[in-house]
Amino acid sequence: MFAVNEALDVVIKPVAQGYDAAAPLPLKVAISNFFGNIWDSWTAVNNLLQGKPGDAVSDVGRVLINSTIGIGGAFDVAGEMGLTKHSEDFGQTLGKWGVGDGPYFYWPIIGPRTTRDTFGWMVDVYVDPVWHVYHTDDMALRNSMVAVHYINLRASLLPADKVVEEAAFDKYDYIRDAYLQHRRSEIFDGALPHEVLDDER
Amino acid sequence: MKSLLSLFFAAWLAVAPALAQEVSPDALVRQVTEDVLTVVRQDKDIQGGSTRKAIELVDAKVLPYFNFQRMTALAMGRDWNKATPEQKKRLSEEFKTLLVRTYANSLTSYRNQTVVYKPTRIQPDDPHVVVKTEIVQPGSKPVQLDYTLEKQGDSWKVYDVIVAGVSLVTNYRDTFNNEVRNNGIDGLIPMLANRNRQLEAGTRK
Repeated sequence: MFAVNEALDVVIKPVAQGYDAAAPLPLKVAISNFFGNIWDSWTAVNNLLQGKPGDAVSDVGRVLINSTIGIGGAFDVAGEMGLTKHSEDFGQTLGKWGVGDGPYFYWPIIGPRTTRDTFGWMVDVYVDPVWHVYHTDDMALRNSMVAVHYINLRASLLPADKVVEEAAFDKYDYIRDAYLQHRRSEIFDGALPHEVLDDER
Repeated sequence: MKSLLSLFFAAWLAVAPALAQEVSPDALVRQVTEDVLTVVRQDKDIQGGSTRKAIELVDAKVLPYFNFQRMTALAMGRDWNKATPEQKKRLSEEFKTLLVRTYANSLTSYRNQTVVYKPTRIQPDDPHVVVKTEIVQPGSKPVQLDYTLEKQGDSWKVYDVIVAGVSLVTNYRDTFNNEVRNNGIDGLIPMLANRNRQLEAGTRK
């Protein structure tokens, strides 16, 4: 499956590179903010499910402020005002509830996921406001929204490509190990203690 | 005369502790980060993706504050103790080359981000400390960038770099453990050396 994605990326990466080169920075930021704003409402729900009502209230405040003053989410006004952006999804909520990772997979297109996160991802997609906000018969509009969303996402990962490419002995292993560490840290909201050297070696 | 002497003495008392005090770990991280970013912001080659120039920068500004022997020990976990002193030296040398390159590559992707330094809690007797920073970029969630430092004598040295919860050091643990299990320490050294040679050859092109 890893090979499938590497092959798909041969097509997707140049598109993302073209987008990255052609779109001026303010536009890219506005597009990221726009999708980020839509996702913030789902983040709020997940924060509530994880027993963090304070964060959830802050997330709702972000959506309200950015959707209005921030012109439909294009500007992160709430961030400037000090309401920090959080990043939550249903996989993290399940992790917080004590659901273990389960076997790790590398899926086509969506990439690395543990079993728990695969299930979380399915719930995320099902509720993903992008599909519902454009609750419309205009399939072309909705599909191009989704395309822009993913191309923008791929473009944001471009800087990491060379780092991973050169750091890894085996790209599959390196991504798997990094993904597992990253998710563990996300579930604990970055508060996981770092490993320290235990003895004088 | 006596009052003048006591004035000098008082002045000395006030100044001496400041002179003797070592640089705190958070101040060190801030100073090195700012030094490096000042250069990157002005260097069009590094921004354009020149790994070679970024490596030169890391060699000059960052290397002295990193403890690569400790990093290698952390990456290898229990296997570290199986290595002889000579092997430890070679492993550290090779791992250093690889990590410097990784660090340098990440510098070439610098695009106007700013760094926020979070307050650091330092326990007086704890020789380990985590300094937390955040890379802030418009349009996305800030990326956490943490450094773990260890006190050696009077100075602090970095022995782990953690990006978004991913340790650049322990991310190699499984790979290294596998290689040692299959081919021993004597397999791991050439594995690292070959990788470095291969990357070096690629850079020259």
